[in-house]
Amino acid sequence: MRIPCPTCGPRDLREFTYIGDALRSAPALEADADTWAAYVYTRRNPRGEHLEYWQHSHGCRQFLRVRRDTATHVIHAAACVGPHATEDEA
Amino acid sequence: MSGYRLTSGGNVDRQRPVRFAFDGRPCTGLAGDTLASALLAEGIRLVGRSFKYHRPRGVLGIAAEEPNALVSLRGGGRHEPNIQATMAELHDGLEVRSQNAWPSLGFDALAVNGLAGPLFGAGFYYKTFMGPTRRAWMWFEPFIRRAAGLGPPPRQADPDVYDRNNLFCDVLVVGGGPAGLAAARAAAECGARVALCDERAAFGGSLRGAAREIGDVPAQDWIDAQLAFLAGRGAVLLPRTGVFGYYDGETLGAVERVADHLPAPSSGQPRQRYWTIRTAEVVLATGAVERPVLFAGNDRPGVMLADSVRQYAETYGVACGRSVTVLANNDSGHAAARSLAAAGVTVARIFDQRPEVGPAIRAIAVGIGADLRTGWTVVATHGGKGLHAVTAAPADGSGRAERFETDCLAMAGGWTPAIALASQRGSAPVWSDALGAPLAGVPAPGARWRVAGAAAGRLDTAGCLAEGAAAGHAAARAAGFDAAPSAPPACAAEPVGLHPAPVPRHPDGKAFVDFQNDVKCADVALALREGYVSVEHLKRYTTLGMATDQGRTANVNAIALMAAATGRSPGEVGTTRFRAPAAPVALGALAGRHTGAHFQAVRRTPVQDWHVRHGGVLSPVGPWLRPRAYLREGETIRTAYIREAANVRGAVGLCDVSTLGKIAVEGPDAAVFLDRVYSNAMQSLAVGRARYGLMLRDDGMVLDDGTAWRLSETSFLVTTTTTGAGAVMTHLERLHALFWPGLRVALTSVTSQWAGMSLAGPRSREVLAAALPGTEVGNGVLPFMGLLEARMDGAPVLVARLSFSGERAYEVFCGADHGEAVWERLLQAGRPHGIMPYGTEALGTLRIEKGHVAGGELDGRVSPFNLGLEGLLSRKKAFFGSALLERPGLHAADRYELVGLVSTAGVPLRAGSHLAEGPRTRPGPSQGFVSSTTFSPATGQEIALALVKGGRARIGQDMFAADPVHGAHHPVRLAPPCFVDPEGARMRG
Ligand SMILES: [Zn+2]
Repeated sequence: MRIPCPTCGPRDLREFTYIGDALRSAPALEADADTWAAYVYTRRNPRGEHLEYWQHSHGCRQFLRVRRDTATHVIHAAACVGPHATEDEA
Repeated sequence: MSGYRLTSGGNVDRQRPVRFAFDGRPCTGLAGDTLASALLAEGIRLVGRSFKYHRPRGVLGIAAEEPNALVSLRGGGRHEPNIQATMAELHDGLEVRSQNAWPSLGFDALAVNGLAGPLFGAGFYYKTFMGPTRRAWMWFEPFIRRAAGLGPPPRQADPDVYDRNNLFCDVLVVGGGPAGLAAARAAAECGARVALCDERAAFGGSLRGAAREIGDVPAQDWIDAQLAFLAGRGAVLLPRTGVFGYYDGETLGAVERVADHLPAPSSGQPRQRYWTIRTAEVVLATGAVERPVLFAGNDRPGVMLADSVRQYAETYGVACGRSVTVLANNDSGHAAARSLAAAGVTVARIFDQRPEVGPAIRAIAVGIGADLRTGWTVVATHGGKGLHAVTAAPADGSGRAERFETDCLAMAGGWTPAIALASQRGSAPVWSDALGAPLAGVPAPGARWRVAGAAAGRLDTAGCLAEGAAAGHAAARAAGFDAAPSAPPACAAEPVGLHPAPVPRHPDGKAFVDFQNDVKCADVALALREGYVSVEHLKRYTTLGMATDQGRTANVNAIALMAAATGRSPGEVGTTRFRAPAAPVALGALAGRHTGAHFQAVRRTPVQDWHVRHGGVLSPVGPWLRPRAYLREGETIRTAYIREAANVRGAVGLCDVSTLGKIAVEGPDAAVFLDRVYSNAMQSLAVGRARYGLMLRDDGMVLDDGTAWRLSETSFLVTTTTTGAGAVMTHLERLHALFWPGLRVALTSVTSQWAGMSLAGPRSREVLAAALPGTEVGNGVLPFMGLLEARMDGAPVLVARLSFSGERAYEVFCGADHGEAVWERLLQAGRPHGIMPYGTEALGTLRIEKGHVAGGELDGRVSPFNLGLEGLLSRKKAFFGSALLERPGLHAADRYELVGLVSTAGVPLRAGSHLAEGPRTRPGPSQGFVSSTTFSPATGQEIALALVKGGRARIGQDMFAADPVHGAHHPVRLAPPCFVDPEGARMRG
């Protein structure tokens, strides 16, 4: 698997760390326990296209939102999120 | 004597004899031989004993499909078991040992397994493990371990190096036979960067040395011309390179046997090289494997695959027997017979299972003077450790059986395309009635391969050349290189192995399907009777196809047997999915250079060399090596750490804490960020002050503890535990990126930039003052949790009044380059005060005495309530992890709580012991566990920290620390977790 890092270019899987499901949105600190429990423990785990966060931990250390097919490992798109967010091109 | 060297022919150098030894017997081969061709030329047919029944076995095939001829090569550290004799190249002095025979290959006492056949029948392992007789495994195991197996593993370290390389190309061609060479040439002519791999020692596949013409030149000349052309175009040519894995994104794994064919690698040369190949397009020209025919005794040495017998003659100039018999179920056996005769090998007769053959085929037998019997098959073989006769009879049972003398039986059972790599990439195989075997189906979405030649079911050379060239052109075009490649050369038509006769319904006796795993036709029938009708179940029940050859010669015959027995078509039976690796991969190749000291990079503190020079006993802590203690003459680790810890409490000590994680948190919103991240308040922290803090995970459990130092309004230095540094950095980066990207804060790991040392003990202030002459370090300027910037002999230092030991203590940080100088300066200043360096053991002793938690307690399963750290949870703000802290389970009365333990019998305790209420004979259920232990010089007792159910309410109770693994069951008394100065007067004073 290679992930096209928007800042570094296509890089080998070994440079990245899987961070988690990107279908969920981050709750506010003040959100209630049910909201946080859903965020922490509930996963869709789809077969097929999925949104995931990956960190380019052995590269630019940016966090990427990656659209990946979990059945074929085809990567459709990757964009940086956070303070240095980039546009999702696909 | 059976096989022999022909007087001419073959790609071997008859001027260069190569001497080797087989089970100690001196043998001679020729340069260019494989071990198999050399053994056959020496007349050696018995090469090994079979896996389960210890049946005598010889060479069956020509290359990677070989199931029988597994040998051990070389000795000492270069010993390598389970190598196919067909893939091993000969070199001078090669030591070869047969395998799985005891006491010797010729007389194998364990061949009695063959008599005990029913014991080891299909499903034996399965039934023994899963059935009511599971206990029998206890009794059988030692016997089976010795009786059934492969070669012994090496006992010494491998002296050679292995490399890992990356290869990038536009078109990768796997397989260098006629189709692969034509594909590579066409792609290269289009301008694509081409790489060509072949697992055998030389390119050309089945054409090597063949007595036929391609275009208007001999086959070998055509091969050489293609290789010269490819080399001229800069193509990467990798012989001796087996592609074992085909992964997503057109990433393939291959192993190049760089020096396996040499007595020893030359200096600096790796033995093997692991290639990660990334390509735009792939052409799979992996060829096809000939199938054995199923009949009783088809595993006897001397019974071989027909085209392999042909290749031994044409490629190596070796006759596999003095009088060869061919047993065919299709036309390709006749083509092999004709080539053998042309090479000078006697082919006495040909049995063809089909009732009729065409006139052109009949003419071949006539032309070479062989006795052709159609509608006949072999029903038995004769000879102990090598074939000397066969019994043949009409296949329909209509006539009388006859016995024929022969020393080599060449089986032509049809062709199985090698589709393992396509299958790995997600292609569902499609059954071909014409081949009697599965073909690769359509590529999975996103897969970029095409298959050509025999791997695609084209068994004639002309078809392989044409389709190979077309596939190479198409691959180049798909990779963006379009040009018109030259037309592939013409070559004469030949008989091919299509439409083989069906497998017999019930082959009798010891007719083997899977030679390497000793699976018989009868075992397949037994599995079916017992209800294993799925091919995946059959495989697991009988172990068919699960040996190191991955059932290359076995799988399709098994499918055909199942189909015949159940009245289904083979397509309905289906095939098993292939998985990587397609061939065995040595662990050394996977490890590459990551062995020994290079297994993992070691991080060094700036004071590392000093520790080594002064008796520090280094031990790994995460990626670091830290001194456990500094041994003096006659000391052990235990006596040394007790001395060092006592000296901190009584005078002063110095400890290298450079390994602590350090993160610079800077920016206008740095304080807001840390206030959200830590469970306690950070915004209110004054500039020039430090604070102990706790970080929680998303689920409220403790991630790490550490300190935050406020250097200015907008700048903090955060420290973490040594082993938690990486996780905390990622945690902070994640929270910034995913939760609060709007906060103006920058995170920088500065662990390596700072050296850090802890100066601890009642005399520490005097030492610091002496090392910083002219700088005020009293409580007024530098109180507990205060910060101070100063210069020590010109080096800028940052001093924090922090204590892990519970004594008055200072953490002195400086730039890494000044680390050793500052360390030495503090020691020099401390000499009049009795300073001693102390290591991680004493560090642990001091913090356990003080009840501070560390790695033993922070194991990812503890909440702040388990650790008694509720005081660090702010009630005035929400913080990361706070939402889930109110879950009832975290507040249950029987939750684990941190307590101290005193060993009342005075014996050392062991971390990991369980806390039990009862004595050794009736311990009762576990009430918790011991997390950290030490001898406490401050109290003179063996003490520990433990997490105990409802522990705080049980303080004062007597329990037992139970360690049944080590036979220990020691009485302990529960105590408050802080053994020294609970009020904290010493560290504040
Ligand atoms: Zn990057």
